[in-house]
Amino acid sequence: MSLRDDWLCMASYIQSVTHNSTSIFAPAATPAQSAYGVSMLVLAITLAIFCVVAGLLLFALLRYRHRPSNSESGQEPAQIYGSNQIELSWTVIPILIVVILFLATTRVVFSTQRAPKPAESIDVIVIGHQFWWEYRYPKFGVVTANELHIPVSDPSHPTPAYLTMSSADTDHSFWVPRLAGKMDVIPNKINVMWMDPSTPGLYLGQCAQYCGTQHAKMLLRVYADTPTQFAAWIAAQKKAAVQDPNAAAGQAVFQHNACISCHTIAGTVATGRFGPDLTHVASRDTIASGSVPNTPANIRAFVDNPAHFKPGVLMPPMHLNEHDLDLVTAYLTTLK
Amino acid sequence: MSDLAVIPHNSIGDWKLPSRGIVGMACLIVAEATIFIIFVVAYVFYEGKSLSGPTPHDVLELPIVTTICLLSSSITVHLAVMALHSSKVKSCSLWLAITVLLGAIFLCGTGREWYDLIYHEGLSIQTNLFGTTFYSLVGLHATHVLVGLLLLSLALFFSLRGQMTSKHTERLEVLSLYWHFVDAVWVVVFLVVYVLGR
Amino acid sequence: MATQTSAAVVLDQTAKRGPGRQAFEILHDWITTVDHKKIGLMYIGYALFFLIVAGFEALLMRIQLAIPNNTFVSPQVFNRLFTMHGTTMVFFVGMPILFGFGNYLIPLMIGARDMAFPRLNAFSFWISAFGGLLLYFSYLGGDGLYGAGSAPDVGWFAYAPLTARVFSPGHSTDYWTLALLLSGVGSIGTALNIVATTICMRCPGMKLNRMPLLVWLYLVMSMMVFVTISPLTAAQIMLMLDRYIGSHFFDTQAGGSAVLWMHFFWIFGHPEVYILVLPAFGFASEIIPVFSRKAIFGYPAMVAATVAIGFISLSVWAHHMFTVGLGAWGNTFFVFSTMTISVPTGIKIFNWLATIWGGKIHFTVPMMFAVAFLFQFLVAGLTGIMLAVAPFDWQLGSSYFIVAHFHYVLVGAILIMIFAAFYYWYPKITGRMLSERLGKWHFWLFFIGFHLTFDFMHIPGILGMPRRIYTYEADRGWMILNMIVSSGAIFQAVATLVFVFNMIASYFKGRIAGPDPWDAWTLEWSTQSPPPVYNFAVIPTVESRRPLWDLKHPEDPDTNYEL
Repeated sequence: MSLRDDWLCMASYIQSVTHNSTSIFAPAATPAQSAYGVSMLVLAITLAIFCVVAGLLLFALLRYRHRPSNSESGQEPAQIYGSNQIELSWTVIPILIVVILFLATTRVVFSTQRAPKPAESIDVIVIGHQFWWEYRYPKFGVVTANELHIPVSDPSHPTPAYLTMSSADTDHSFWVPRLAGKMDVIPNKINVMWMDPSTPGLYLGQCAQYCGTQHAKMLLRVYADTPTQFAAWIAAQKKAAVQDPNAAAGQAVFQHNACISCHTIAGTVATGRFGPDLTHVASRDTIASGSVPNTPANIRAFVDNPAHFKPGVLMPPMHLNEHDLDLVTAYLTTLK
Repeated sequence: MSDLAVIPHNSIGDWKLPSRGIVGMACLIVAEATIFIIFVVAYVFYEGKSLSGPTPHDVLELPIVTTICLLSSSITVHLAVMALHSSKVKSCSLWLAITVLLGAIFLCGTGREWYDLIYHEGLSIQTNLFGTTFYSLVGLHATHVLVGLLLLSLALFFSLRGQMTSKHTERLEVLSLYWHFVDAVWVVVFLVVYVLGR
Repeated sequence: MATQTSAAVVLDQTAKRGPGRQAFEILHDWITTVDHKKIGLMYIGYALFFLIVAGFEALLMRIQLAIPNNTFVSPQVFNRLFTMHGTTMVFFVGMPILFGFGNYLIPLMIGARDMAFPRLNAFSFWISAFGGLLLYFSYLGGDGLYGAGSAPDVGWFAYAPLTARVFSPGHSTDYWTLALLLSGVGSIGTALNIVATTICMRCPGMKLNRMPLLVWLYLVMSMMVFVTISPLTAAQIMLMLDRYIGSHFFDTQAGGSAVLWMHFFWIFGHPEVYILVLPAFGFASEIIPVFSRKAIFGYPAMVAATVAIGFISLSVWAHHMFTVGLGAWGNTFFVFSTMTISVPTGIKIFNWLATIWGGKIHFTVPMMFAVAFLFQFLVAGLTGIMLAVAPFDWQLGSSYFIVAHFHYVLVGAILIMIFAAFYYWYPKITGRMLSERLGKWHFWLFFIGFHLTFDFMHIPGILGMPRRIYTYEADRGWMILNMIVSSGAIFQAVATLVFVFNMIASYFKGRIAGPDPWDAWTLEWSTQSPPPVYNFAVIPTVESRRPLWDLKHPEDPDTNYEL
């Protein structure tokens, strides 16, 4: 079984376990857990307030409804214009509740946004594009797209992933609910967030700031690998592109068309930066920023007409003839 | 039609409420002031952030003469209102004319400054963040000066034709409030752009 | 010594209009009118039309979202729909309908004959109306109607740099900007009119602390308009300069800041929602006392809370930006200010509750809507408090939880109270009662639809569904919830049609109302239904907050108890 098949097995197993959950109430990393904790507090408080106030309201509506049969129905009720004590109490009590909630919230804000950074953190540079995600690992010299791999973090020896993020075009937002709250990805601004998944698995999310036509399909896939898996992945990604002699014809089609002006394939003449890095595209589970399974048929269809899957995507149809499409598809599927 | 209400009351003494014109102009001034504040915030926010091109220190000079003219025009317009209140219509016309003249000098001075900046210093609204925020803020103010001058000229016109009397004092006062506002904005712009910002 | 305004003098002496006025004459009358009542009705009619249009846009979106990977509309069309829906509802439904009611009611409630500046009033209406037409004209540009033309597709908050020429070529952004600039001028004009009228034209004896609460709420709301609409106007001028003169306000390539647009927009955008809700509070403060048969509890506190809300709302804007990267201290400040505003808001709810307490509640249709308002606004406020907790907002910001929250306020509180206001003041405006039976159908259908849609809408947000997406993955588990949400939309649509039918049919067949069908206490109920063009034959003089209560209960007038 090839490495690719291993990945497929693992991915489908993980999928079945997590049921593709993107619930904020199933935290799998510290930032999401902290948010969850304070969320439960505020939910409890607001539920209590609701029960009291709605309960009183319901009671008043039933108890004081006008009953025409009553002998006093023609008279107006006693006119009460106010009460200083009552009004003071329902000013002071909410203020106290606000103070408690504010303090609890501030604690989590600081613990998340001012957390000290462990020495063994994994740094990833995230660049948001219309409509895909670029990932660079400066310490490892790895550049990839759309599928983020980070190691799980052991609390006794933390190795959180620190994402330093900016955008190449419009505003985006990085949101993987089970791992952390979202952080916006903004041009000419650098935002930093961190995540420390404790359990290996695939964590899903998607862009959460409207960025243009294909905002809806700018999906996120974060693979939390065991340390071994992560090291293996890095090692594989660091290599230059596979040069399979059987796919030379396809490589020629790729290099003689406009593909190279937008895409990079390391070790070849293709050094475009506008579109995703394709050096190891065949090692990914999906294409089109997570929205389409990575199969030869899908690759072929996407190259032929990207708008078929993602109307409004910025990659134009390549207008290749059927023969060249087959060749280029065969080439791309060799790029593991 | 006995359905209609007949409201019992004790006779109220003097029931005097503020003037509609003054309240209305005050509201307009608050709204316009807010617009200016946003442009000032943009100016201050972008100070020092231009990636290239001329800086305020390089190219701006204190516009002393035009500032004196504009601020004096607040005094002259006030004198015009006082004159009208005392039914001295000829005096009012004179003070209005001087006000318009001083305002026109201000605008011409601004025009000259811009000509210089664009053609000799290479600073346009497109050049950099300084150019963007400078021209928009000063230009917004100049537009308000222009509108004020048009209205003051209209008032001058009516005054010269003898159609303005002391009955119209409050209306002229409302216009003068607008003019005072325009001058006050200039004080802020002058301080932020030419004094603190350079 | 008490004087009385003679009944004979109060009678309307004007001759009735001759029968069969020409259609042209009627049209000319309405187009050139400066009468606050007619202008108010034009605002309301205009807003109702756009309510139907924007509601239809929502229906199209809900059909698209009912199942995953649907192809009912393309992403381009969907993106235009949500932009137009939001922009229309805020600027061409919410603002005009509330200005319309304010225009109609304020002079009547303060005993005046018209607004302070009648011609400015007309101008403000027409320029706002033109703005709406300009916005909708955009559908006819570009790719044509079924491709939704050149309609704006940048979201109702039009974040930079998506709105820059490079990312939004063509004119869709320009339609958005220009239409709203025009509408903004109209809003400032009407707000100026409301402030000047309220301060300068109250009838003798109506001191500020005797004004109906509705007038107070409109006064504070209008004062907010000056410092709220102006930042948007300024930002839009900057955007136009960027797009056409090559300036760099939001040009990130030249060092400009995308976050600066967000700040300017939300400095407008947050107070704007308080501008929309304050009149709804005003309606509640008039309707709830009348149908509880009790004076409002704590009038001075209600005024103070309103003013406090007005001020504090100017300081909370960046709770829309918790995920932008403001830093821990920045986020903390806005957590604090946002939580603080819940205190005066809560006070209002408690005061309404205390008004009902010990009263004699009549469940007329206006009161049914007001009761729904109380429960629903309570929930909306509580989800707001949840969102003030920044880490919770880091998860739920820009998700369907937010969409659910703000629709709970805009529909569940504001639109519901607007319905109540219609049922309550329709008799005054037209002289006829709306059908109670149809009103109850309207209420229950809408109530069911509202809760189906917006209660369930919170859950996809919690399950990770972001907003402004034209479709979603089938494996996220969001489908059933989206179907339920979409089904509720149909109920609301039917309910709205029932309402419109009720208004039209009752105009011809409704029970004659008389001047005071609800046995209410404020000045508008002292004149005919509909009021004559001059409102009052004789300007009234008042001595308390409820002049008609004093009239009806001379043995126990309000003047004895005023705090």
